[in-house]
Amino acid sequence: MSHPPINTSPISHPPVSHPTMTHRLRWRKAVSVVMLSLTGLCALLIISILFFILGYLVWNGGKSLNWDFFTKLPAPVGEAGGGMANAIVGTLKLLLIASLIGIPIGVIGGIYLSEYGGRVFGFIVRYTTDLLNGVPSIVVGIFAYSLIVLHTKHFSTLAGGFALGVMMIPITLRSTEDFLLAVPRNLREGAMALGASKWKTITSVVIPAAYRGILTAVLLALARVSGETAPLLFTAFSNRYWSPGWNQPTASLPVMIYTYAIAPYEDWHRQAWAAGVVLLGLVLAANIIARTVLSRGIAVPR
Amino acid sequence: MEIPANAAAAARVKIDMGIPAQNPEPQTPARIQIEGLNFFYGKMQALHNISLVIPANRITALIGPSGCGKSTLIRTINRMHETVRIARAEGTILLDNEDIFRLDVVRLRRRVGMVFQRPNPFPKSIFENVAFGLRVNGFKGSLSEAVERSLRRAALWDEVKDKLHKSAYELSGGQQQRLCIARALAVDPEVLLLDEPCSALDPVTTAKIEELLFNLKEYCTMVIVTHNMQQAARSSDFTAFMLDGRVVEYQPTARLFTNPSDPRTEAYLTGRFG
Repeated sequence: MSHPPINTSPISHPPVSHPTMTHRLRWRKAVSVVMLSLTGLCALLIISILFFILGYLVWNGGKSLNWDFFTKLPAPVGEAGGGMANAIVGTLKLLLIASLIGIPIGVIGGIYLSEYGGRVFGFIVRYTTDLLNGVPSIVVGIFAYSLIVLHTKHFSTLAGGFALGVMMIPITLRSTEDFLLAVPRNLREGAMALGASKWKTITSVVIPAAYRGILTAVLLALARVSGETAPLLFTAFSNRYWSPGWNQPTASLPVMIYTYAIAPYEDWHRQAWAAGVVLLGLVLAANIIARTVLSRGIAVPR
Repeated sequence: MEIPANAAAAARVKIDMGIPAQNPEPQTPARIQIEGLNFFYGKMQALHNISLVIPANRITALIGPSGCGKSTLIRTINRMHETVRIARAEGTILLDNEDIFRLDVVRLRRRVGMVFQRPNPFPKSIFENVAFGLRVNGFKGSLSEAVERSLRRAALWDEVKDKLHKSAYELSGGQQQRLCIARALAVDPEVLLLDEPCSALDPVTTAKIEELLFNLKEYCTMVIVTHNMQQAARSSDFTAFMLDGRVVEYQPTARLFTNPSDPRTEAYLTGRFG
């Protein structure tokens, strides 16, 4: 019983010295470090700009925010105090009408484009939508003005909401289409293989799989139009008092910000900052509520 | 009776095209008869003159190299090909002697279920996944009983009975695939089409599903597309070997694997191509 001979002498490697290799390696590591810090720096820059704007807004606006701002009407010129209750309600009313117009048309149009759209007609719809998205907001305002204000002979919440609604359509439509197209094909086939009709497949499988995306799209569109000023200038106009019903000119936060910011009164500037904070808060609140309520559902893992 | 009709049809097909299409087990009634099926994607012909008789309550495997038309053929049986705009099928497919192209497509798919290559549970709970087909087809009766029966048949009940209302995405890949089988079984299909159902699963899970399929023969006829020749040999009763959109050979599985009559089949089985 003898063991096979084991060679215990150290294995001799050739000396490790590739000067060109180590040089190359060092260079690559250096490039990697530089690029990594560059991307990090850019990310930091973007974030800090955002936080600077937000911070500046909250700092300036927060100082003049008080209970009166939410409950009182604007004070007459020369009188301190007062609030923007009518503008807050006005903005909410405008956004409600905009949603009633923009969301159904946008979402249903998006469903059509992704699920049914023929080659030619689909192309036309898609192209027109993209054009509409590029139309300056003031032109949309003129459209609403000539369509509603000229006929009813006065400014109204309805006209302003219509203008904002028109602006929501392209954003909602194209993103709805994108999110529906991202739903895997095998989910649709699974439903159809069980005898579901096309419409049933869309409503019970495709839309539930994409609703988070669609919701995000709707919120984005809402956030985008909630700050629009130009289309409101000659549709909703403005109002120093409450605007009853839907057929009267109404105050809105963006237009108030515009009017107050260019006014020569120190007190009005503070109010404009406060209005900015409130507008931001509205969008943020809508976002948070929608996401927490709807995140309880099930979505397709990517 | 169905048998003489099959025999006659098969005989005619054989004379017309010289393709072996006879029922490989004449004493078993045919569930599906495919006759002279041609299939086109636009101008490209994907299937040439396919004729096959698929016996009831048996497992028929379709094997062949990638792109030979196996999936196209199986997807034509429940007319899933109609979801592709440029696809066009010509020929006859009879399900219990009824022309499937004349049937309402929704009713056809209720009778011919399908399981796909990758598990595709819906973004719903386990329960709702199985109940989906029942709800869509206006099922009257106890949903929970029907769901339990399907999950039991798919050998999944014991693993999921305590989390029926959890998301189907919490299940493992193999469980998801069995859920998809349960979902297809819920509407009591006569035929179950399986398009490479195990290609995304590990060997242990694959064995589980093969055992499950064996036990399902009691309830339905199965057609399985597979890349895995061992799987075809293990689990099917009949095997059709396809090449370039044509059926080269169709035999009882044991005979096809041990004693193929066509040299191309033998070449494929011994790994000389494909």
